[in-house]
Amino acid sequence: MSETLKKTPFYSKHEMLHAKMVEFAGFLMPVMYSSIREEHLAVRSNAGLFDISHMGEFYVEGSDAESFLNYLTTNDVTTLKENQAQYSAMCYPYGGIVDDLVIYRFQKDKYMMVVNAGNIQKDFEWIKKNLYGKVSVKNVSDKIALLALQGPKSFSILKKLVTFNPESLNFYHFCEERVAEIPMIISRTGYTGELGFEFYHHPDQSERLWDALMEAGKEYDIKPAGLGARDTLRLEMTYCLYGNDINENTNPLEAGLGWITKLEKPSFIGKESLMKIKEAKPARKIVGFILRERGIPRHGYPVYYEGKEVGIVTSGTHSPSLNEPIGLAYIRRDLAKVGTIIEIGIRNKNVKGEIVKTPFVTSKPY
Amino acid sequence: MDFPKNLKYSDDHEWVRVEGDEAVVGITDFAQSELGDVVYVDLPSIGDWVKKGEAFGTIEAVKTVSDMLAPVSGEVIAVNETLNDSPENLNKDPYESWIIKIKMSDLTELNDLMDADAYEKFVG
Repeated sequence: MSETLKKTPFYSKHEMLHAKMVEFAGFLMPVMYSSIREEHLAVRSNAGLFDISHMGEFYVEGSDAESFLNYLTTNDVTTLKENQAQYSAMCYPYGGIVDDLVIYRFQKDKYMMVVNAGNIQKDFEWIKKNLYGKVSVKNVSDKIALLALQGPKSFSILKKLVTFNPESLNFYHFCEERVAEIPMIISRTGYTGELGFEFYHHPDQSERLWDALMEAGKEYDIKPAGLGARDTLRLEMTYCLYGNDINENTNPLEAGLGWITKLEKPSFIGKESLMKIKEAKPARKIVGFILRERGIPRHGYPVYYEGKEVGIVTSGTHSPSLNEPIGLAYIRRDLAKVGTIIEIGIRNKNVKGEIVKTPFVTSKPY
Repeated sequence: MDFPKNLKYSDDHEWVRVEGDEAVVGITDFAQSELGDVVYVDLPSIGDWVKKGEAFGTIEAVKTVSDMLAPVSGEVIAVNETLNDSPENLNKDPYESWIIKIKMSDLTELNDLMDADAYEKFVG
């Protein structure tokens, strides 16, 4: 293992649990503890605990912070209330995606952006390059650790460790409270499609927080869950993964992110290009599909229709919940309809698949 | 981790049980634990010829795809079809869940394989 890889403050926990560690975005991260399938199913039926400290955090403060963020990102920041969070994206002027992210509003002049680990440096430079007005931006990624509790038993587990009623915290809202007496930001967010919370805290407190949640979750069969389960869970929900399904060569309209792209806003970076793309209608669209023959689709596999190449797979896996091979693909717009039979080129053969309604799994995180 | 003494092992983490001029081939306990949950096995057909060191099939785990490399050369004379419906058998019982049987064309290739002690050191 390379010595330059960063370790999260939960590293000793992963080591103790004999997690299988992999390099991810410059971090040494747990991909699985025992079985991706078991960890996945634990989150769907009980609860799972994820170390996601690799994620990046920026503080954005100042009297022009709101108008700057509204110009920088695609979603409408002005609709955010205090203690509310919002899923959004940053685009380049040509419409390609810089990153997808979550914005937290503390006050009108104080925000936190949470970005993908692999994009921290790129995002920070992009933000500084476009900065204007009375705004300061600080990269605090190394000062904040992040742990996610996800699964239907999350309420019951968290209730044991807090002095407020966690059910009073609405989906995509947050509060500054204590968990097991540790001060932190508790956010009702996640990447699994299940009820759940994310805990932004000081890295010195990480091990204590882990122990408290594992102990409180014991009676609910909580399991530590790795990046492998995080990926299969998000894919069942058809949540985009930057680097797989979206990147600088994809735009939010074709990626199914039109709902966070507020073209009616006065101005934001990428608006003109995205308006043109919308008028002309995107050439391709992201769809979910299930293989109807044996095989597993993977990132980069070609998609065929009547013998012609019409798209490309961006994510694929075996769905632990459905016990079927599922995937996401960009496909020519006229073919991007539920029920269309496509073929995926898997190594030396073509395997039949069907475009289906998404998400693959219905669940209610809110 | 289990390393049965009666088997031979390749550096690609396949095991071989020699039965006369036939080689019964599977993946090791170490291989299955590294792969995690096996969800699909792409098997060759009976009558296919395989060459030592070349891919004869593919194992798909939830997160990874991995080629299986033939530990010896020869003709595929049997394929474990039960893996089509129960690929997880490779995780549950890697030494009982054989994958293919090869009628070996060159028995001297067996000399390149490791015994249990050497393989245990190899993965240690």
